[in-house]
Amino acid sequence: MSQIELRDIDRVFEIGDTRVHALKSISLTIDAGEYVAVMGPSGSGKSTLLNILGLLDRPDRGQYRLEDREVGALPPDQQAAVRSRRIGFVFQSFHLVPRLSAAENIALPMVLAGIAPAERRRRVAEALADVGLEARAQHRPQQLSGGQRQRVAIARATIMQPAVLLADEPTGNLDRATGAEVTALLETLNHGGTTLIVVTHDPALGERAGRRLLMEDGALSDDRRR
Amino acid sequence: MRIADLLRFALRAAAGSPLRTALMALAMAIGVAAVVVLTALGDGARRYVVNEFNALGANLVIVLPGRTETGGVGIGTLSASTTRDLTLRDAAALLRADGVVRIAPLVVGDAEVSSGGRLRTTYVVGTTADFARLRRLELAQGRFLPDEDLERAGSWAVVGATIRHELFGAKPALGARLRIGDRRFRVIGVLAAGGQGLGMNTDELVLVPAASAQALFDTSTLFRILVEARERSVLARVKAQVADILAARHDGERDVTLLTQDAVLGTFDRILAALTLAVAGIGAISLAVAGILVMNVMLVSVAQRTGEIGLLKALGAPPAMIHRTFLAEAGMLSLAGAAIGVLLGFAGATALRAMFPELPAYPPPWAVMAGLATAMLTGIGFGILPARRAAHLNPVQALARGM
Ligand SMILES: Nc1ncnc2c1ncn2[C@@H]1O[C@H](COP(=O)(O)OP(=O)(O)OP(=O)(O)O)[C@@H](O)[C@H]1O
Ligand SMILES: [Mg+2]
Repeated sequence: MSQIELRDIDRVFEIGDTRVHALKSISLTIDAGEYVAVMGPSGSGKSTLLNILGLLDRPDRGQYRLEDREVGALPPDQQAAVRSRRIGFVFQSFHLVPRLSAAENIALPMVLAGIAPAERRRRVAEALADVGLEARAQHRPQQLSGGQRQRVAIARATIMQPAVLLADEPTGNLDRATGAEVTALLETLNHGGTTLIVVTHDPALGERAGRRLLMEDGALSDDRRR
Repeated sequence: MRIADLLRFALRAAAGSPLRTALMALAMAIGVAAVVVLTALGDGARRYVVNEFNALGANLVIVLPGRTETGGVGIGTLSASTTRDLTLRDAAALLRADGVVRIAPLVVGDAEVSSGGRLRTTYVVGTTADFARLRRLELAQGRFLPDEDLERAGSWAVVGATIRHELFGAKPALGARLRIGDRRFRVIGVLAAGGQGLGMNTDELVLVPAASAQALFDTSTLFRILVEARERSVLARVKAQVADILAARHDGERDVTLLTQDAVLGTFDRILAALTLAVAGIGAISLAVAGILVMNVMLVSVAQRTGEIGLLKALGAPPAMIHRTFLAEAGMLSLAGAAIGVLLGFAGATALRAMFPELPAYPPPWAVMAGLATAMLTGIGFGILPARRAAHLNPVQALARGM
């Protein structure tokens, strides 16, 4: 039994009278602990796929089973609970709350989940150590470099120990060396057992993944394992 | 999300944009301050009137000879048809009534008053020692009429401040002789200036024993009898007993008129309370305006924080939680603004009291509570639309907006 099962997923955007078929009958299974790179030209539907995997968007057709549970059609509150406990997001532009410190940004998912402050402090300290930012706990996002920001964002994405980590061009805003550091950090998490699904334009990054999905015009054109 | 975390998060969000926050709090503060000051003014006016009436004696039953359907309290409204005299004995009999503390008969007329060649015409009031207690008259010098038999026509006189000044000037008044009409009196006391009683300024009065005044004006009837009840609650019972006693003494004829100030006072009290409510309502309108401002500012906030809302959703916040954080923010800002408004309002009321010392312009507690509650309700009420908008944002589009 696979961790993620997509069957016949369609996603159509309608703007005025134009219809954009962003995902066309996508069927896909991903096992727990896999490292998947999603690649393809701009506008091919990579982000749309990732948003549906992350329950941020709903497919117009098809089924999405996550850990043996049909989640694609759950009501918003239950989808939020699944996002909270099972899914972590890493964004290209970090998406840190500017008024909160690094430690507070990392703690945010636990705050939303109602976890007690003592437990939060313990886990934030651990997470800061894991991403090598102990000294930056009290810094605001503006006081951090791009790479440091993305490491804070990764710590935040994993603080609830999700089963799946979704990253949409996580190194897109970083230089090559910093990008490599962030990639290494994500891969460490993957080695720990977390399923890692990364959208990327960077062929070098794609080469590192255990499995590469190629998208073209809303369809999966290639699915290659190393 | 824990309550403490919810409040802290909302507080941090509010502190994150100080100008927006200050604007909202200010609008609320002005609204609440308006409610507090306006009600202080209205309630001050009400209390002023009630106090004035109480100074006149709110627990008085005033007995007038003759039956009149309407009657005032002042000297000008004399009774219509006097059938039978109201005598000093009648007055004395009223002391038997249960709940009566004291009585004071009144004989009133004007007479020429002279001393040492100076002369003027003024009101002369015949009464008893208890009149001073009943009217709470203060003496500047000497003492009031002595406690003596009601029917004794003593030759003592107590004069008002103006009379003292006009008749005696700088000379000592106490012990001086005074001629009223064709009778001689000795001044034993001078009233403190500025006293008020039954619509008369006591400064221009000369008070003498009731029996003396009756002799002076050659009458056997009384102008009024003032009956003081122990407290306002027994006023109705006292009034009934007074009516019964006098009827028994007048061969069963109910030929007197009994007045209490309860009715008049009650009317004024109600009118001014209604007025206070009306001005509170006007203040509440400014709160509604503040509420609309809150809504606008919160809508701007939702627009500015779209990216953050998308993030919160991605991190697992259900719509209801987003809703709550925005409502908490609106509620806290409203509360802070309202608290500032209460302080401003109290300051304004203090300023009012400084400007009009005779006006007890204290904000009534109910108005303060209502102001605070209305501010909270409008703040949260007008916060619902923005909060709902935030809660139902599409997370993908919201995230696309960046932080
Ligand atoms: N909210 C939307 N409304 C309308 N069209 C949309 C919307 N989101 C995506 N699309 C369209 O769907 C298609 C797929 O978009 P998507 O963002 O998934 O592409 P992508 O592969 O992530 O591209 P890129 O590499 O540039 O990020 C595009 O044609 C895009 O214009
Ligand atoms: Mg994309």
